Amino acid sequence: MSPETKPDFLISPEGLRVDGRRPDELRPVELKVGVLKQADGSASIRQGKTYIIAGVYGPRELHPRHLALNDRAFLRVVYRMATFSVPDRKRPAPSRREKEISMVIANALSPALFLEEFPRAVVDVFIQVIQADGGTRCASINAASLALADAGIPMRSLVPSVAVGKADGVLVVDLGDEEDKYGEGDVPMAILPPTEEITLLQQDGFFTRDELLEAMQMGISSCKYLHELQKEALKKAYVKKTPDGEEGDVDEDEFDDDLETDLGESDMMEDE
Amino acid sequence: MGDFSSQTISHIDREFIAELLGKGERLDGRAFNEYRDIQIEANVVPAKAEGSAMVQLGDTSVVAGVKVLVGEPYPDSPDEGVIMVTAEMSPIASPLFELGPPKEDAIELARIVDRGVRESQMVDAKALCIEEGKKVYMVFADVYPLEYDGNLIDASSIAVNVALLTTKFPEMKLEEKELIATGEIKSLPVTNIAVEHTVVKIGKHLILDPVLKEEFVQDCRLTMAIDEKDNFTALQKGGGTGAMSLSLIEEAMDMALDAGKIIREKIDASVKAIK
Repeated sequence: MSPETKPDFLISPEGLRVDGRRPDELRPVELKVGVLKQADGSASIRQGKTYIIAGVYGPRELHPRHLALNDRAFLRVVYRMATFSVPDRKRPAPSRREKEISMVIANALSPALFLEEFPRAVVDVFIQVIQADGGTRCASINAASLALADAGIPMRSLVPSVAVGKADGVLVVDLGDEEDKYGEGDVPMAILPPTEEITLLQQDGFFTRDELLEAMQMGISSCKYLHELQKEALKKAYVKKTPDGEEGDVDEDEFDDDLETDLGESDMMEDE
Repeated sequence: MGDFSSQTISHIDREFIAELLGKGERLDGRAFNEYRDIQIEANVVPAKAEGSAMVQLGDTSVVAGVKVLVGEPYPDSPDEGVIMVTAEMSPIASPLFELGPPKEDAIELARIVDRGVRESQMVDAKALCIEEGKKVYMVFADVYPLEYDGNLIDASSIAVNVALLTTKFPEMKLEEKELIATGEIKSLPVTNIAVEHTVVKIGKHLILDPVLKEEFVQDCRLTMAIDEKDNFTALQKGGGTGAMSLSLIEEAMDMALDAGKIIREKIDASVKAIK
Protein backbone atom coordinates (compact mmCIF):
# COMPACT_ATOMS: atom_id res chain seq x y z
CA MET A 1 0.00 0.00 0.00
CA SER A 2 3.05 2.29 -0.08
CA PRO A 3 1.92 4.79 -2.73
CA GLU A 4 4.31 5.20 -5.65
CA THR A 5 4.45 8.12 -8.03
CA LYS A 6 6.25 8.61 -11.30
CA PRO A 7 9.23 10.94 -10.93
CA ASP A 8 9.31 14.05 -13.17
CA PHE A 9 12.53 12.94 -14.84
CA LEU A 10 14.77 9.88 -14.72
CA ILE A 11 17.91 11.77 -15.75
CA SER A 12 18.42 15.23 -14.24
CA PRO A 13 19.71 18.19 -16.29
CA GLU A 14 23.10 17.51 -14.66
CA GLY A 15 23.05 13.99 -16.11
CA LEU A 16 22.41 12.26 -12.79
CA ARG A 17 19.78 9.60 -12.08
CA VAL A 18 16.75 9.67 -9.79
CA ASP A 19 18.81 8.45 -6.84
CA GLY A 20 21.79 10.67 -7.69
CA ARG A 21 23.89 7.98 -9.38
CA ARG A 22 25.96 8.41 -12.52
CA PRO A 23 24.73 6.33 -15.48
CA ASP A 24 27.46 3.70 -15.02
CA GLU A 25 27.26 3.59 -11.24
CA LEU A 26 25.91 0.60 -9.32
CA ARG A 27 23.82 0.95 -6.19
CA PRO A 28 25.70 0.16 -2.96
CA VAL A 29 26.19 -3.62 -2.88
CA GLU A 30 26.68 -5.66 0.26
CA LEU A 31 27.40 -9.38 -0.12
CA LYS A 32 27.62 -11.80 2.79
CA VAL A 33 28.55 -15.47 2.59
CA GLY A 34 27.44 -18.13 5.08
CA VAL A 35 24.36 -16.42 6.50
CA LEU A 36 22.23 -19.57 7.10
CA LYS A 37 23.33 -22.42 9.35
CA GLN A 38 21.01 -25.15 8.07
CA ALA A 39 21.83 -24.73 4.39
CA ASP A 40 24.95 -26.33 2.90
CA GLY A 41 25.82 -22.97 1.40
CA SER A 42 24.26 -19.53 1.66
CA ALA A 43 24.72 -15.87 0.85
CA SER A 44 22.79 -12.64 1.13
CA ILE A 45 22.83 -9.56 -1.04
CA ARG A 46 21.70 -6.02 -0.38
CA GLN A 47 21.74 -3.95 -3.54
CA GLY A 48 20.14 -0.60 -2.90
CA LYS A 49 16.91 -1.49 -1.13
CA THR A 50 16.76 -4.95 -2.68
CA TYR A 51 17.44 -7.65 -0.07
CA ILE A 52 17.73 -11.31 -1.01
CA ILE A 53 18.90 -14.48 0.71
CA ALA A 54 19.99 -17.59 -1.21
CA GLY A 55 20.47 -21.07 0.29
CA VAL A 56 21.95 -24.14 -1.42
CA TYR A 57 21.41 -27.80 -0.51
CA GLY A 58 23.26 -30.62 -2.18
CA PRO A 59 24.41 -32.38 -4.15
CA ARG A 60 21.77 -34.67 -2.64
CA GLU A 61 19.29 -37.36 -3.61
CA LEU A 62 16.66 -36.07 -6.02
CA HIS A 63 12.94 -36.33 -5.34
CA PRO A 64 10.87 -36.90 -7.42
CA ARG A 65 13.19 -39.37 -9.11
CA HIS A 66 11.81 -39.00 -12.62
CA LEU A 67 13.54 -35.61 -12.83
CA ALA A 68 16.98 -37.25 -12.47
CA LEU A 69 19.47 -36.74 -15.29
CA ASN A 70 21.76 -39.66 -16.12
CA ASP A 71 24.79 -37.62 -17.08
CA ARG A 72 24.71 -34.73 -14.62
CA ALA A 73 23.14 -33.27 -11.52
CA PHE A 74 19.83 -31.46 -11.85
CA LEU A 75 20.17 -27.79 -10.90
CA ARG A 76 16.86 -26.86 -9.31
CA VAL A 77 16.42 -23.14 -8.71
CA VAL A 78 13.42 -21.82 -6.83
CA TYR A 79 13.07 -18.04 -6.84
CA ARG A 80 10.35 -16.82 -4.50
CA MET A 81 9.29 -13.36 -3.41
CA ALA A 82 8.00 -12.77 0.11
CA THR A 83 4.42 -11.49 0.11
CA PHE A 84 5.61 -8.29 1.80
CA SER A 85 8.60 -7.67 -0.49
CA VAL A 86 6.58 -5.56 -2.94
CA PRO A 87 4.27 -2.51 -2.61
CA ASP A 88 1.06 -4.54 -2.96
CA ARG A 89 0.92 -7.86 -1.14
CA LYS A 90 2.04 -10.61 -3.50
CA ARG A 91 -0.22 -13.64 -3.56
CA PRO A 92 1.49 -16.47 -1.70
CA ALA A 93 1.26 -19.06 -4.50
CA PRO A 94 4.18 -19.17 -7.00
CA SER A 95 3.43 -16.91 -9.96
CA ARG A 96 4.28 -17.50 -13.62
CA ARG A 97 6.87 -14.74 -13.30
CA GLU A 98 8.57 -16.49 -10.39
CA LYS A 99 8.69 -19.75 -12.33
CA GLU A 100 10.22 -18.15 -15.41
CA ILE A 101 12.80 -16.27 -13.36
CA SER A 102 13.72 -19.50 -11.56
CA MET A 103 14.39 -21.08 -14.92
CA VAL A 104 16.48 -18.24 -16.36
CA ILE A 105 18.53 -18.11 -13.15
CA ALA A 106 19.22 -21.86 -13.44
CA ASN A 107 20.28 -21.36 -17.04
CA ALA A 108 22.53 -18.47 -16.05
CA LEU A 109 24.29 -20.43 -13.31
CA SER A 110 24.63 -23.92 -14.76
CA PRO A 111 27.34 -23.16 -17.38
CA ALA A 112 29.62 -22.27 -14.45
CA LEU A 113 29.07 -25.53 -12.60
CA PHE A 114 30.62 -28.99 -13.02
CA LEU A 115 27.24 -30.68 -12.69
CA GLU A 116 28.53 -33.73 -14.58
CA GLU A 117 30.40 -34.66 -11.39
CA PHE A 118 27.12 -35.66 -9.71
CA PRO A 119 24.92 -37.66 -12.08
CA ARG A 120 21.33 -38.34 -10.91
CA ALA A 121 21.70 -35.97 -7.92
CA VAL A 122 20.16 -32.56 -7.37
CA VAL A 123 21.69 -29.25 -6.39
CA ASP A 124 18.92 -27.12 -4.90
CA VAL A 125 19.17 -23.34 -4.94
CA PHE A 126 16.45 -21.59 -2.94
CA ILE A 127 16.21 -17.84 -3.36
CA GLN A 128 14.06 -15.77 -1.04
CA VAL A 129 13.42 -12.14 -1.95
CA ILE A 130 12.83 -10.29 1.32
CA GLN A 131 12.59 -6.80 -0.18
CA ALA A 132 12.29 -6.11 -3.91
CA ASP A 133 13.40 -2.78 -5.35
CA GLY A 134 14.35 -3.58 -8.90
CA GLY A 135 17.02 -5.92 -10.24
CA THR A 136 15.97 -8.93 -8.18
CA ARG A 137 16.81 -11.56 -10.79
CA CYS A 138 20.34 -10.20 -11.22
CA ALA A 139 20.87 -9.75 -7.48
CA SER A 140 19.59 -13.32 -7.04
CA ILE A 141 22.23 -14.63 -9.43
CA ASN A 142 24.98 -12.73 -7.60
CA ALA A 143 23.90 -14.23 -4.27
CA ALA A 144 23.08 -17.73 -5.57
CA SER A 145 26.47 -18.02 -7.23
CA LEU A 146 28.16 -17.21 -3.89
CA ALA A 147 25.90 -19.67 -2.06
CA LEU A 148 26.90 -22.40 -4.54
CA ALA A 149 30.56 -21.64 -3.90
CA ASP A 150 29.90 -21.68 -0.14
CA ALA A 151 28.30 -25.11 -0.53
CA GLY A 152 31.47 -26.35 -2.22
CA ILE A 153 29.84 -27.10 -5.56
CA PRO A 154 32.73 -27.33 -8.06
CA MET A 155 32.61 -24.38 -10.44
CA ARG A 156 34.56 -22.71 -13.22
CA SER A 157 33.90 -19.26 -11.84
CA LEU A 158 31.42 -17.16 -9.95
CA VAL A 159 28.63 -15.64 -12.03
CA PRO A 160 28.10 -11.89 -11.65
CA SER A 161 24.96 -10.32 -13.04
CA VAL A 162 23.55 -6.85 -13.64
CA ALA A 163 20.73 -5.17 -15.56
CA VAL A 164 21.47 -2.39 -18.02
CA GLY A 165 18.60 -0.20 -19.06
CA LYS A 166 17.57 2.99 -20.75
CA ALA A 167 16.15 5.96 -18.87
CA ASP A 168 15.27 9.20 -20.66
CA GLY A 169 17.36 7.94 -23.61
CA VAL A 170 20.50 7.36 -21.52
CA LEU A 171 21.98 3.90 -20.96
CA VAL A 172 22.21 3.19 -17.24
CA VAL A 173 23.43 0.18 -15.25
CA ASP A 174 21.74 -1.52 -12.30
CA LEU A 175 18.21 -0.23 -12.71
CA GLY A 176 16.35 0.90 -9.62
CA ASP A 177 12.65 0.23 -9.27
CA GLU A 178 11.54 3.55 -10.83
CA GLU A 179 13.92 3.24 -13.78
CA ASP A 180 12.64 -0.28 -14.32
CA LYS A 181 8.99 0.84 -14.23
CA TYR A 182 9.18 4.14 -16.09
CA GLY A 183 12.33 3.73 -18.23
CA GLU A 184 12.41 2.71 -21.88
CA GLY A 185 14.07 -0.65 -21.52
CA ASP A 186 15.82 -3.28 -19.50
CA VAL A 187 18.60 -5.76 -20.37
CA PRO A 188 19.37 -8.16 -17.52
CA MET A 189 22.53 -10.13 -18.14
CA ALA A 190 25.05 -12.41 -16.43
CA ILE A 191 28.54 -13.41 -17.53
CA LEU A 192 31.31 -15.92 -16.92
CA PRO A 193 34.09 -13.43 -16.15
CA PRO A 194 37.12 -15.43 -17.42
CA THR A 195 35.73 -15.69 -20.95
CA GLU A 196 33.19 -12.85 -20.86
CA GLU A 197 30.62 -15.29 -22.22
CA ILE A 198 27.05 -14.29 -21.54
CA THR A 199 24.86 -16.79 -19.65
CA LEU A 200 21.77 -14.66 -19.02
CA LEU A 201 20.38 -12.28 -21.58
CA GLN A 202 16.88 -10.90 -21.67
CA GLN A 203 15.62 -7.61 -22.98
CA ASP A 204 12.48 -5.60 -23.13
CA GLY A 205 11.76 -2.06 -24.29
CA PHE A 206 13.21 -0.20 -27.25
CA PHE A 207 16.88 -0.32 -28.21
CA THR A 208 18.66 0.26 -31.51
CA ARG A 209 21.30 -2.23 -32.61
CA ASP A 210 24.14 0.04 -31.47
CA GLU A 211 22.47 0.87 -28.17
CA LEU A 212 22.00 -2.80 -27.41
CA LEU A 213 25.64 -3.59 -28.17
CA GLU A 214 26.79 -0.68 -26.02
CA ALA A 215 24.43 -1.74 -23.23
CA MET A 216 25.96 -5.22 -23.24
CA GLN A 217 29.49 -3.74 -23.11
CA MET A 218 28.45 -1.66 -20.09
CA GLY A 219 26.94 -4.75 -18.53
CA ILE A 220 30.15 -6.71 -18.96
CA SER A 221 32.19 -3.96 -17.27
CA SER A 222 29.77 -3.79 -14.34
CA CYS A 223 29.70 -7.56 -14.03
CA LYS A 224 33.49 -7.59 -13.79
CA TYR A 225 33.32 -5.10 -10.95
CA LEU A 226 30.63 -7.20 -9.23
CA HIS A 227 32.84 -10.25 -9.71
CA GLU A 228 35.55 -8.53 -7.64
CA LEU A 229 32.99 -7.82 -4.89
CA GLN A 230 31.89 -11.47 -4.99
CA LYS A 231 35.47 -12.71 -4.63
CA GLU A 232 36.05 -10.34 -1.72
CA ALA A 233 32.89 -11.56 0.04
CA LEU A 234 33.93 -15.16 -0.43
CA LYS A 235 37.43 -14.51 0.89
CA LYS A 236 36.01 -12.71 3.89
CA ALA A 237 34.01 -15.79 4.84
CA TYR A 238 36.92 -18.18 4.43
CA VAL A 239 40.03 -16.22 5.39
CA LYS A 240 41.58 -17.86 8.43
CA LYS A 241 40.45 -16.14 11.57
CA THR A 242 42.78 -15.19 14.40
CA PRO A 243 42.56 -17.42 17.50
CA ASP A 244 40.24 -14.96 19.27
CA GLY A 245 37.77 -15.33 16.43
CA GLU A 246 35.62 -12.26 16.16
CA GLU A 247 38.36 -9.74 16.66
CA GLY A 248 40.09 -11.03 13.57
CA ASP A 249 37.02 -10.06 11.54
CA VAL A 250 37.00 -6.53 12.84
CA ASP A 251 40.69 -6.02 12.15
CA GLU A 252 40.20 -7.13 8.60
CA ASP A 253 37.37 -4.66 8.04
CA GLU A 254 39.43 -1.80 9.33
CA PHE A 255 42.36 -2.85 7.22
CA ASP A 256 40.25 -2.83 4.05
CA ASP A 257 38.89 0.63 4.80
CA ASP A 258 42.34 2.03 5.54
CA LEU A 259 43.63 0.67 2.30
CA GLU A 260 41.04 2.45 0.22
CA THR A 261 41.01 5.82 1.93
CA ASP A 262 44.67 6.06 2.84
CA LEU A 263 46.19 5.50 -0.56
CA GLY A 264 45.56 9.01 -1.82
CA GLU A 265 46.42 10.69 1.43
CA SER A 266 49.71 8.88 1.94
CA ASP A 267 50.82 9.84 -1.56
CA MET A 268 50.18 13.46 -0.75
CA MET A 269 52.14 13.15 2.47
CA GLU A 270 55.16 11.93 0.55
CA ASP A 271 54.95 14.84 -1.86
CA GLU A 272 55.08 17.26 0.99
CA MET B 1 8.11 -28.07 13.45
CA GLY B 2 5.52 -30.64 12.60
CA ASP B 3 5.51 -34.18 13.76
CA PHE B 4 8.99 -35.46 13.24
CA SER B 5 8.62 -38.26 15.75
CA SER B 6 8.96 -40.78 12.92
CA GLN B 7 12.05 -38.99 11.60
CA THR B 8 15.23 -41.01 11.57
CA ILE B 9 17.37 -40.23 14.56
CA SER B 10 20.08 -42.50 15.85
CA HIS B 11 19.45 -44.60 18.93
CA ILE B 12 22.60 -43.06 20.34
CA ASP B 13 21.11 -39.54 20.11
CA ARG B 14 17.77 -40.71 21.43
CA GLU B 15 19.30 -42.44 24.43
CA PHE B 16 21.79 -39.63 25.02
CA ILE B 17 19.02 -37.01 25.20
CA ALA B 18 16.99 -39.21 27.57
CA GLU B 19 20.02 -39.89 29.73
CA LEU B 20 20.88 -36.17 29.95
CA LEU B 21 17.29 -35.25 30.87
CA GLY B 22 17.44 -37.86 33.63
CA LYS B 23 20.41 -35.97 35.05
CA GLY B 24 18.58 -32.63 34.70
CA GLU B 25 20.64 -31.56 31.69
CA ARG B 26 20.02 -30.69 28.03
CA LEU B 27 22.08 -31.00 24.84
CA ASP B 28 23.07 -27.33 24.83
CA GLY B 29 23.47 -26.97 28.57
CA ARG B 30 20.27 -24.99 29.14
CA ALA B 31 17.94 -25.37 32.08
CA PHE B 32 14.61 -27.08 31.29
CA ASN B 33 12.71 -23.77 31.59
CA GLU B 34 15.16 -21.60 29.67
CA TYR B 35 14.89 -20.09 26.18
CA ARG B 36 17.84 -19.99 23.84
CA ASP B 37 19.50 -16.65 23.12
CA ILE B 38 16.98 -14.38 21.34
CA GLN B 39 17.89 -11.63 18.88
CA ILE B 40 15.07 -9.45 17.58
CA GLU B 41 15.47 -6.87 14.85
CA ALA B 42 12.45 -4.80 13.88
CA ASN B 43 11.89 -3.02 10.57
CA VAL B 44 14.07 -5.23 8.38
CA VAL B 45 11.92 -4.60 5.28
CA PRO B 46 11.59 -0.81 5.68
CA ALA B 47 10.96 0.14 2.04
CA LYS B 48 8.12 -2.23 1.11
CA ALA B 49 6.50 -3.77 4.19
CA GLU B 50 4.39 -1.74 6.59
CA GLY B 51 5.91 -3.67 9.48
CA SER B 52 8.58 -6.37 9.72
CA ALA B 53 10.89 -8.24 12.04
CA MET B 54 13.67 -10.80 11.97
CA VAL B 55 13.96 -13.10 14.98
CA GLN B 56 16.80 -15.46 15.82
CA LEU B 57 16.09 -18.01 18.49
CA GLY B 58 19.38 -19.84 18.83
CA ASP B 59 19.94 -21.33 15.36
CA THR B 60 16.30 -20.93 14.35
CA SER B 61 15.47 -17.76 12.46
CA VAL B 62 12.35 -16.34 10.83
CA VAL B 63 11.39 -13.15 9.06
CA ALA B 64 7.87 -11.77 9.31
CA GLY B 65 6.36 -8.95 7.30
CA VAL B 66 3.06 -7.08 7.52
CA LYS B 67 1.13 -5.69 4.57
CA VAL B 68 -1.87 -3.43 5.18
CA LEU B 69 -4.34 -3.32 2.29
CA VAL B 70 -7.83 -1.95 1.90
CA GLY B 71 -10.62 -4.34 0.97
CA GLU B 72 -14.18 -5.28 1.58
CA PRO B 73 -15.21 -6.68 4.98
CA TYR B 74 -16.62 -10.16 5.42
CA PRO B 75 -20.45 -10.12 5.26
CA ASP B 76 -20.77 -11.45 8.84
CA SER B 77 -18.57 -8.70 10.29
CA PRO B 78 -19.20 -5.58 8.19
CA ASP B 79 -17.63 -3.21 10.71
CA GLU B 80 -14.45 -5.17 11.37
CA GLY B 81 -11.09 -5.21 9.63
CA VAL B 82 -9.38 -8.44 8.63
CA ILE B 83 -6.26 -9.81 10.30
CA MET B 84 -4.59 -12.89 8.94
CA VAL B 85 -1.35 -14.73 9.61
CA THR B 86 0.14 -17.09 7.06
CA ALA B 87 3.37 -19.08 7.02
CA GLU B 88 5.35 -20.72 4.29
CA MET B 89 7.83 -23.50 5.01
CA SER B 90 10.38 -22.57 2.41
CA PRO B 91 12.89 -25.40 1.83
CA ILE B 92 15.62 -22.79 2.32
CA ALA B 93 15.18 -23.27 6.07
CA SER B 94 15.89 -26.95 6.43
CA PRO B 95 16.80 -30.09 4.47
CA LEU B 96 13.64 -31.58 6.04
CA PHE B 97 11.30 -29.15 4.26
CA GLU B 98 10.18 -30.17 0.81
CA LEU B 99 9.10 -28.10 -2.13
CA GLY B 100 5.45 -27.74 -2.95
CA PRO B 101 2.22 -26.25 -1.73
CA PRO B 102 1.87 -25.67 2.04
CA LYS B 103 1.56 -28.94 3.89
CA GLU B 104 -0.03 -29.73 7.24
CA ASP B 105 2.96 -28.45 9.20
CA ALA B 106 3.03 -25.03 7.50
CA ILE B 107 -0.70 -24.67 7.89
CA GLU B 108 -0.57 -25.67 11.55
CA LEU B 109 2.24 -23.16 12.18
CA ALA B 110 0.28 -20.35 10.54
CA ARG B 111 -2.94 -21.24 12.32
CA ILE B 112 -1.34 -21.49 15.75
CA VAL B 113 0.36 -18.11 15.37
CA ASP B 114 -2.85 -16.70 13.87
CA ARG B 115 -4.88 -17.86 16.86
CA GLY B 116 -2.36 -16.31 19.24
CA VAL B 117 -2.94 -12.96 17.56
CA ARG B 118 -6.67 -13.32 16.95
CA GLU B 119 -7.89 -14.84 20.21
CA SER B 120 -6.00 -12.37 22.36
CA GLN B 121 -7.81 -9.62 20.43
CA MET B 122 -4.38 -8.12 19.98
CA VAL B 123 -5.54 -5.76 17.26
CA ASP B 124 -8.89 -4.02 17.70
CA ALA B 125 -10.66 -5.19 14.53
CA LYS B 126 -13.43 -2.61 14.86
CA ALA B 127 -10.84 0.19 14.74
CA LEU B 128 -9.73 -1.16 11.37
CA CYS B 129 -13.03 -0.23 9.76
CA ILE B 130 -12.95 2.65 7.27
CA GLU B 131 -16.63 2.60 6.33
CA GLU B 132 -19.00 -0.06 7.58
CA GLY B 133 -19.91 -2.67 5.01
CA LYS B 134 -17.74 -1.03 2.36
CA LYS B 135 -14.07 -0.66 3.14
CA VAL B 136 -11.87 -2.00 5.91
CA TYR B 137 -8.14 -2.42 6.43
CA MET B 138 -6.85 -5.92 5.78
CA VAL B 139 -3.74 -6.76 7.76
CA PHE B 140 -1.64 -9.66 6.52
CA ALA B 141 1.27 -10.91 8.60
CA ASP B 142 3.30 -13.48 6.69
CA VAL B 143 6.05 -15.59 8.21
CA TYR B 144 9.03 -17.08 6.38
CA PRO B 145 11.34 -19.41 8.30
CA LEU B 146 14.96 -19.00 7.19
CA GLU B 147 16.70 -21.47 9.50
CA TYR B 148 14.97 -24.31 11.28
CA ASP B 149 16.57 -25.68 14.43
CA GLY B 150 13.43 -26.37 16.41
CA ASN B 151 10.55 -24.33 17.84
CA LEU B 152 9.44 -22.35 14.83
CA ILE B 153 6.17 -21.53 16.58
CA ASP B 154 7.63 -19.35 19.32
CA ALA B 155 10.09 -17.65 16.96
CA SER B 156 7.24 -16.91 14.52
CA SER B 157 4.97 -15.64 17.27
CA ILE B 158 7.63 -13.22 18.50
CA ALA B 159 8.34 -12.04 14.94
CA VAL B 160 4.66 -11.50 14.14
CA ASN B 161 4.14 -9.59 17.39
CA VAL B 162 7.10 -7.27 16.75
CA ALA B 163 6.10 -6.77 13.10
CA LEU B 164 2.52 -5.84 14.08
CA LEU B 165 3.68 -3.59 16.93
CA THR B 166 5.96 -1.64 14.59
CA THR B 167 3.55 -1.43 11.65
CA LYS B 168 3.03 2.04 10.17
CA PHE B 169 0.58 2.61 7.34
CA PRO B 170 -1.06 5.55 5.55
CA GLU B 171 -4.57 6.35 6.76
CA MET B 172 -7.23 6.13 4.05
CA LYS B 173 -10.76 7.49 3.84
CA LEU B 174 -13.71 7.13 1.49
CA GLU B 175 -14.78 10.30 -0.23
CA GLU B 176 -17.56 10.00 -2.79
CA LYS B 177 -16.73 6.32 -3.23
CA GLU B 178 -13.08 7.17 -3.95
CA LEU B 179 -10.39 5.88 -1.67
CA ILE B 180 -7.94 8.65 -0.81
CA ALA B 181 -5.02 8.97 1.59
CA THR B 182 -5.53 11.45 4.41
CA GLY B 183 -1.80 12.04 4.71
CA GLU B 184 -1.75 10.69 8.27
CA ILE B 185 0.48 7.74 9.15
CA LYS B 186 -1.14 5.33 11.58
CA SER B 187 -0.04 2.52 13.85
CA LEU B 188 -2.22 -0.54 14.32
CA PRO B 189 -4.78 -0.28 17.15
CA VAL B 190 -3.00 -2.78 19.42
CA THR B 191 -4.85 -3.45 22.66
CA ASN B 192 -3.10 -6.56 23.94
CA ILE B 193 0.02 -8.63 23.33
CA ALA B 194 0.00 -12.41 23.45
CA VAL B 195 3.13 -14.44 22.87
CA GLU B 196 3.33 -18.17 22.35
CA HIS B 197 5.48 -20.48 24.40
CA THR B 198 6.11 -24.10 23.51
CA VAL B 199 6.92 -26.82 26.00
CA VAL B 200 7.62 -30.37 24.85
CA LYS B 201 7.26 -33.62 26.72
CA ILE B 202 10.04 -36.19 26.45
CA GLY B 203 9.41 -39.20 28.69
CA LYS B 204 8.42 -37.74 32.03
CA HIS B 205 10.28 -34.50 31.45
CA LEU B 206 9.08 -31.10 30.22
CA ILE B 207 11.41 -28.72 28.43
CA LEU B 208 10.86 -25.22 27.06
CA ASP B 209 11.96 -24.11 23.58
CA PRO B 210 13.12 -27.43 22.07
CA VAL B 211 15.96 -27.63 19.55
CA LEU B 212 15.48 -29.80 16.47
CA LYS B 213 16.99 -32.94 18.01
CA GLU B 214 14.71 -32.59 21.01
CA GLU B 215 11.71 -32.22 18.67
CA PHE B 216 12.77 -35.46 16.98
CA VAL B 217 12.39 -37.40 20.20
CA GLN B 218 9.46 -35.50 21.74
CA ASP B 219 6.29 -37.36 22.71
CA CYS B 220 4.24 -34.23 22.07
CA ARG B 221 4.31 -30.47 22.47
CA LEU B 222 2.04 -27.96 24.15
CA THR B 223 1.95 -24.40 22.83
CA MET B 224 0.39 -21.72 25.03
CA ALA B 225 -0.38 -18.11 24.09
CA ILE B 226 -0.19 -15.87 27.14
CA ASP B 227 -1.18 -12.20 27.20
CA GLU B 228 0.00 -9.21 29.23
CA LYS B 229 -2.35 -10.01 32.11
CA ASP B 230 -1.16 -13.63 32.23
CA ASN B 231 -4.37 -14.90 30.64
CA PHE B 232 -4.09 -17.98 28.46
CA THR B 233 -5.60 -17.03 25.10
CA ALA B 234 -4.83 -20.08 22.97
CA LEU B 235 -3.54 -23.60 23.47
CA GLN B 236 -2.45 -26.23 21.01
CA LYS B 237 -1.29 -29.72 21.82
CA GLY B 238 0.44 -31.26 18.85
CA GLY B 239 3.73 -32.52 17.51
CA GLY B 240 3.07 -36.18 18.09
CA THR B 241 0.64 -38.62 19.57
CA GLY B 242 1.96 -38.61 23.13
CA ALA B 243 -0.52 -38.01 25.96
CA MET B 244 -0.06 -35.58 28.84
CA SER B 245 -1.38 -35.83 32.39
CA LEU B 246 -3.15 -32.89 33.99
CA SER B 247 -0.29 -32.41 36.43
CA LEU B 248 2.22 -32.18 33.57
CA ILE B 249 0.00 -29.64 31.80
CA GLU B 250 -0.13 -27.59 34.99
CA GLU B 251 3.65 -27.70 35.20
CA ALA B 252 3.94 -26.63 31.54
CA MET B 253 1.55 -23.71 32.15
CA ASP B 254 3.70 -22.43 35.01
CA MET B 255 6.83 -22.76 32.88
CA ALA B 256 5.21 -20.70 30.14
CA LEU B 257 3.96 -18.02 32.55
CA ASP B 258 7.48 -17.48 33.90
CA ALA B 259 9.02 -17.38 30.42
CA GLY B 260 6.35 -15.01 29.15
CA LYS B 261 7.54 -12.09 31.25
CA ILE B 262 11.10 -12.34 29.92
CA ILE B 263 10.03 -12.62 26.29
CA ARG B 264 7.59 -9.70 26.54
CA GLU B 265 10.42 -7.51 27.91
CA LYS B 266 12.58 -8.44 24.91
CA ILE B 267 9.74 -7.63 22.52
CA ASP B 268 9.20 -4.24 24.21
CA ALA B 269 12.91 -3.46 23.98
CA SER B 270 13.07 -4.27 20.26
CA VAL B 271 10.01 -2.13 19.53
CA LYS B 272 11.43 0.78 21.52
CA ALA B 273 14.77 0.43 19.73
CA ILE B 274 13.29 1.63 16.44
CA LYS B 275 11.10 4.37 17.88
